[in-house]
Amino acid sequence: MYKYDFVRQLNTKGGDRHQNPFHIDVTLILILFVLCLIGLFVLYSASEQSFYYVKRQATFMLAGFIGMLIVAQFPVRFWERIAVIFYAAAVLALLAVLMFGIEAKGATRWLNLGFTRFQPSEIAKIAVPLMVSVYLSRHVIPPSVKHVVGALLIVAVPAFLILKQPDLGTSILVFASGFFVLFLAGLRKRYLAGAFFSALAAIPILWLYVMRDYQKQRVLTLLSPEDDKFGAGWNIIQSTTAIGSGGLSGKGWTEGTQSQLNFLPESHTDFIIAVLAEEFGLFGVLGLCTLYLLLVGYCMIIAINAQSQFARLMAGSISLTFFIYIFVNMSMVSGLLPVVGVPLPLISYGGSSIVTLFFGFGILMAISSEPKRIGTWR
Amino acid sequence: MLQDNALSDPQKEQKIFYLRVVTSLLIVLGLTSVILFRYFDLQINRHNDYVTNSNNNRIHIRSVAPTRGLIYDRRGQLVADNRPSFTLNIIPESTQNIDQLLVRIGDLISLSERDIERFMKRVKRNKPFQSIPLKYNITEQERAILAVNSHILSGTEVSAQLMRHYPEGPLLAHSLGYVGRINDREIKKIDPEQYRGTDFIGKIGLEKYYEDILLGQVGTEQVETDARGRVMRILDKKDPVPGSNLSLYLDTDLQRVAMESLKGERGALVAMDVKTGGVLSMVSTPSYDPNLFTSGISQKQYDDLLYSADRPLFNRALRGQYPPGSTVKPLFGLIGLQHKIYDMDYSIYDPGYFFMEGIKRPWRDHNSDQGGHGYGVDLAEAIIESCDVFFYTTGVKTGIDLLSKESGLFGLGDITGIDLPGEKRGIMPTREWKKNKRRQEWFNGDTINMSIGQGFMLTTPLQLAVMSARIATRGEQIIPKLVKSIDGTPVEPEFAGEKISYDKKYWDYVHQAMVDVVHSNKGTARSISEGLTYKLAGKTGTAQVISINEKEKYDSSKIDKRKWDHALFVAFAPAEDPQIALGLIVENGEHGSRTAAPIARKVIDNYLSGFQQDNKSLAAARLIHDFSNPAEIN
Repeated sequence: MYKYDFVRQLNTKGGDRHQNPFHIDVTLILILFVLCLIGLFVLYSASEQSFYYVKRQATFMLAGFIGMLIVAQFPVRFWERIAVIFYAAAVLALLAVLMFGIEAKGATRWLNLGFTRFQPSEIAKIAVPLMVSVYLSRHVIPPSVKHVVGALLIVAVPAFLILKQPDLGTSILVFASGFFVLFLAGLRKRYLAGAFFSALAAIPILWLYVMRDYQKQRVLTLLSPEDDKFGAGWNIIQSTTAIGSGGLSGKGWTEGTQSQLNFLPESHTDFIIAVLAEEFGLFGVLGLCTLYLLLVGYCMIIAINAQSQFARLMAGSISLTFFIYIFVNMSMVSGLLPVVGVPLPLISYGGSSIVTLFFGFGILMAISSEPKRIGTWR
Repeated sequence: MLQDNALSDPQKEQKIFYLRVVTSLLIVLGLTSVILFRYFDLQINRHNDYVTNSNNNRIHIRSVAPTRGLIYDRRGQLVADNRPSFTLNIIPESTQNIDQLLVRIGDLISLSERDIERFMKRVKRNKPFQSIPLKYNITEQERAILAVNSHILSGTEVSAQLMRHYPEGPLLAHSLGYVGRINDREIKKIDPEQYRGTDFIGKIGLEKYYEDILLGQVGTEQVETDARGRVMRILDKKDPVPGSNLSLYLDTDLQRVAMESLKGERGALVAMDVKTGGVLSMVSTPSYDPNLFTSGISQKQYDDLLYSADRPLFNRALRGQYPPGSTVKPLFGLIGLQHKIYDMDYSIYDPGYFFMEGIKRPWRDHNSDQGGHGYGVDLAEAIIESCDVFFYTTGVKTGIDLLSKESGLFGLGDITGIDLPGEKRGIMPTREWKKNKRRQEWFNGDTINMSIGQGFMLTTPLQLAVMSARIATRGEQIIPKLVKSIDGTPVEPEFAGEKISYDKKYWDYVHQAMVDVVHSNKGTARSISEGLTYKLAGKTGTAQVISINEKEKYDSSKIDKRKWDHALFVAFAPAEDPQIALGLIVENGEHGSRTAAPIARKVIDNYLSGFQQDNKSLAAARLIHDFSNPAEIN
């Protein structure tokens, strides 16, 4: 080995990154590509073996990939700078939804832009952690009481607006994405404990004053699905049946009776993990979880190697939020949590979710491809 | 507050962040373990339960109704068959809102309250994902309307099945009975597995008596259905076994003759083949159309039948209990002769009335308007001219015990054992019977009343036919039967006991007396003898109105006629080699001779002419057979 190798490596490390003019992270792209491919395969089976949804989903994914590459071209500082505008736009859009939104199935979540419709709550999923990251990175961490309150306010406004739609699931996830920034910024343990206990205390208040009847029903259903076999309990009974009957190795691709015979509701969207679990068994679930963990772990490494406090917080929050989607979705489908409308990232069918996810990964790729200072661990 | 003003220390901040990332990763791993543990629990620990659940979801056992056995008359004419009919069904689990769906269907085709009520009842007791009938017998037009609107009628389906049909309608209603929808009471008695494919069960008549044989074995289909209950494929199949076919002794043509003869009357007639006990004709008028019951009778139609003063639903032949009147005289005479109470030379003086020792009120002779039959009335004359006083006199001598016991051998006082449900036993009184029922001793007066078939004594028209048949065959205790063969296997004639061993001379004597009832110029039924080509033995009877009429609501316009006496007649023919025996009653027909006897002759005429034809064609067939198989001649 050349005797100056060590020094050279230290010196050229950042230089190597400089030679990445397209800001591409091959590892990230590879993992995402494999997950998308798996998603399309499961979707084909979940959508009665038709190519309709597969084609649309593939288009969304392609658009997402392109969007991710575009986002990655902007320097991290750019995102830091436009955070306030981005956040303000998201809050305004959420207000607009409450005023002019399109109502569907008892909730107002969509905004019609004339050429397309979109969900402002999806923007909030990016805008909130972005804003909190910027806010906390400008102050000393761990954050003081003042800044904790400030950060919580930043989170609370959009979270409240989303709750009014009503969309409890997204509201909680948006809140979580902001909270993760606080956590990563070193929120003191006593505040964490305080948050934990106030969350416990909030449960009865939520139950009595905030939660709507249908939301309470979902919680009750979780506790005893058999009470309303053909009504509220149907979804959860059918999804656990699909998962459980899959066994170790599953019934085989497109052979899942629960999904193919339409016993499983929402099989191509929120409940798609049940299709995977039924047709590929516990092996399939383990495989998917491994890929997910790889992705989350890799994103965490990106966060650790990030060059600024803002980038660290943003990257960490995106990774944790991504994980919490996975956790909430897989838990609700398997009957551990009440059913809230959270899709399984990259597997569930749905354009908005795909685009938002790739937007987040775009920022992560921007962070990962930033020029590094010497001595960072990689 | 101190930190607020502190300068940032990048190294310390980075350290805090690293620690938090490590904590986060631990939490991520922890939560992932929770999820994996849950999936492990569902997919490995509880795998078998969920496989069962998932199979229960998709695999259903569908019943395939067997075809109900057909019923033919003695000449092979179909009298009960199955015709295709269309039913509208709903699979409750496949609809979002049943009430709304019912309203929608109600807007398109007519639905009765009863349809809906019955449907809702079945919704409660049915297994999930089974289709439940809402409306039977929907028309072509209704089918078309439903088909056009099928997009708003998710969860409905129209199925074709076979519906029982009785081509002859009212003609054979009282013997065939009918099938109807299984009701709540029946559901408790039947084996639900056997009836899974069918909604119908024999309610009355042969349909009920032979229910097990006619039903057949239910078949099953194991099918895979989707969540909406649509059948995707058939996994396994076990074909149903059709019910057995019945061939009857009943002769539709003879039945029609009997029915026509009794038209407009309330009455009943039973004719039997004396050799086999086969029931050739069983009529109860008025009758009803059994097809009304299979297709779902309306409440109004049912009420009309049920509350009609003529009681069309009442099977008089089997369940009508009437005093037999003078029709029992030949039997009682025979019993007296056989037991040497008197002999064939015994005669009495008949002044037209009869006094019993110690009783002031005389018993009148109903059949002599002025005076009596005079001197020298023997048993033959007493039968031919229907002399009551002879039987008053001899009845007391014979005694209740002997009359009762011996009459039992001729089928009186007990069910005959015919293959129909609900037969009445009539009353052949005994000393014990009176003690039990009336809490009184038996008096000789009771015997006197009974000696002319009045008093406590009651018989059904079927019993009268059986009595005639047993007299005709000189004591063969034949049991009446409607079914001649089951799936081509003949049903052997049954006997209630050994042949009654009375002396031939007494049989001859009584047979001759019964022939003279018709053929002698003093016989009470002489009016029907004109043009007879064979010897017809018979006995007229007149019964005072009591029994069933007591319970009826009287129709004021008919009140007088309904108090008239019932006319009865028993007969067999030809006298020298009896083939057919019958018993019949015309309610309020006044005199057996005038109303009942002509009907009996028409029926017997028809049967014997047909019988001779049958024999000729049979002989012809044999002849052809023999010629075509010359080897058999050797």
